[in-house]
Amino acid sequence: MYTQALNSSDGDDRGVEDVVRANQFQARIDADERIEPNDWMPAAYRKTLTRQISQHAHSEIVGMLPEGNWITRAPSLRRKAALLAKVQDECGHGLYLYAAAETLGTSREELVDGMLSGKAKYSSIFNYPTLTWADIGTIGWLVDGAAIMNQIPLCRCSYGPYARAMIRVCKEESFHQRQGFEIMVTLCRGTAEQKAMAQNALDRWWWPVLMMFGPPDQVSRHSDTSTKWKIKRFSNDELRQKFIDATVPQAEFLGLTIPDPGMKQNENGNWEHSPIDWDEFKQVLAGNGPCNRDRLAARRKAHEEGAWVREAAMAYAEKRKSRQLAQAAE
Amino acid sequence: MATPNVPLWEVFIRSRNGLAHKHVGSLHAADSTLALQAARDIYTRRGEGLSIWVVPSNAITASDPTEKGMMFEPAESKIYRHPTFYDVPDEVGHM
Repeated sequence: MYTQALNSSDGDDRGVEDVVRANQFQARIDADERIEPNDWMPAAYRKTLTRQISQHAHSEIVGMLPEGNWITRAPSLRRKAALLAKVQDECGHGLYLYAAAETLGTSREELVDGMLSGKAKYSSIFNYPTLTWADIGTIGWLVDGAAIMNQIPLCRCSYGPYARAMIRVCKEESFHQRQGFEIMVTLCRGTAEQKAMAQNALDRWWWPVLMMFGPPDQVSRHSDTSTKWKIKRFSNDELRQKFIDATVPQAEFLGLTIPDPGMKQNENGNWEHSPIDWDEFKQVLAGNGPCNRDRLAARRKAHEEGAWVREAAMAYAEKRKSRQLAQAAE
Repeated sequence: MATPNVPLWEVFIRSRNGLAHKHVGSLHAADSTLALQAARDIYTRRGEGLSIWVVPSNAITASDPTEKGMMFEPAESKIYRHPTFYDVPDEVGHM
């Protein structure tokens, strides 16, 4: 489950409708009060959150695709049941998040259509392919690990419905990371070929995972507003650093090599990484990643092929309602 | 590509016997049967509940947060509604 770089806010609140109310609003935020759906809020706060929460929801839904790819080919029934449960969780997370986004006044249908039309973004990480079973282990271990780093602070986000959704999500997320790490441990204790497969997956996923935390702090223009509104509690670089420091000993345990020969530990004990290829990140966000087209095509196909089910359910509900009304009138 | 609007439902779950149903979130469903099934799948994947209520969101009447002063302030000044307002001599012991 996954959020990334979704923390850029829509400008500042200089042009805000009502200065007095804006000040009262900021005072509530500063006092660590939670904002609830019917409370007054600046238009930019609403817009920023609608975008962030819905992009987060889209990421969950699109995130089902790379992992769903391996459900039928999981190496054992145990692995298959776990992966199926994990993919169901991602769907559930998407739905909690859509519900939270809707409380800001945009309908589910509009949000979903924004994703299907390609207008709304989702996490760049899901535009990479899952080539081997080791990718499933790596996604659980690293992608979900990175998502947890991002999401734990969001449990204290100023917007009540988002914070509550995040609490549920974080409770469920730990299983995802542990099942992924277990797959990695098994592969790394297996044959030389299995270990090589694990190393290959780490080599391909490492850099895209670091990009999940979003652009470096110097270029992340809008972070200030999100921080002021307590939507964001840590900067992109802070979270990335925490993630790397937590992951290095895990990779050591597995006997795997992080594909960054320049990485070194500084005097504070933090691991410093080599420069990240931000052009790749921009390309993937712009729609030119290895799987962007596949992912959108798969979502559109599922949406279109499910249309008759939605229509039939609505028609049946209408029929029953009118029958009940007729009976009541008799 | 506009998608028709599907009604919104609020979901309440009783986690254990003896506890009240508690609001856990919302979902979209065409009717109450589908809403119950969806609530089961979305909100009770780990045995979170023994009983589910689904209520059409538009059936809920809510107080207006901007009028919370008028609604709730009158209760704040009535400290005589709390047991600690009353003095009981120490000799009487716990009451």
